[in-house]
Amino acid sequence: MAWLGLYNYWVVIFLMMAGFYAVITRGNLVKKIVGLNLFQTSVFILYISMSKVQGGTAPIVDNEFAIYSNPLPHVLILTAIVVGVATTALGLALVVRIRESYGTVEEDEIHHLDKSF
Amino acid sequence: MEHLIVIVLLSFLAITAVAIVMLHDLVAVVMLFGIFSLLSAVIFLVLDAVDVAFTEAAVGAGISTVLMLGTLALTTPKEKTSPRFAPIPLLVVIITGAALVYGTLDMPRYGDPTAAIHQHVAPRYLERAPRETGIPNVVTAVLASYRGYDTLGEVTVIFTAGVGVMLLLGSPRRQTKRKRGKR
Repeated sequence: MAWLGLYNYWVVIFLMMAGFYAVITRGNLVKKIVGLNLFQTSVFILYISMSKVQGGTAPIVDNEFAIYSNPLPHVLILTAIVVGVATTALGLALVVRIRESYGTVEEDEIHHLDKSF
Repeated sequence: MEHLIVIVLLSFLAITAVAIVMLHDLVAVVMLFGIFSLLSAVIFLVLDAVDVAFTEAAVGAGISTVLMLGTLALTTPKEKTSPRFAPIPLLVVIITGAALVYGTLDMPRYGDPTAAIHQHVAPRYLERAPRETGIPNVVTAVLASYRGYDTLGEVTVIFTAGVGVMLLLGSPRRQTKRKRGKR
């Protein structure tokens, strides 16, 4: 059952690749941003999976507990989540702006309009 | 037992991700993405990352979903093109995924207390942070005290993104254009 210890990482890779696939194949810009977010969240799960210690508890120090999970990845991912939502907001603002200029959010139509211009 | 819960939740996540990629109704996609974020918040909770869990539930599942729904209201809720089967991207994704899976074979197993990540600076924080900062929650102590400059940098990033969004959507030129459009 040694492979079960790697199950978390494999699901994370599957989620990552699902997001990656959405980014490269879907023409709709909103769908692309959802794919990017999927990728991002899977990286968060990867980091938090690594921080877990068997038999540990949340890293809030108390005399009752001796083993804690690693707090460092938690700090990194807290920062990453907030930065992630900032980039999502900027990306979505760009989508709204593109829609106003081109009248569409489909990539192939935007390319077509660019060529005919 | 705890790992069993994580395994079941991760399987739910995988199913949600497939549905997100396959569906064409963007409102449904955004709602599923909210479910995805909430599920990952539950996983963070089970994996002892309580601070990350409530941030993900508030920011990932809450604010992101609202922002995406707002964008759909301003654009269109339907994905227009019906994507045909694309073999080359699928091949690229499978090869990348296989390379990453190969990379995980050397990684420490789930919950292994002897993993390299648990040896260096983390024990020091766990041992001294409550005494040095007076905060029992080590995550808060590291975030706001030991790595306060990182958090300042984070605030700078959010400020820059906020300014960017305001410049993109709130410029006076655009508002006059919109008024003209209404007339």
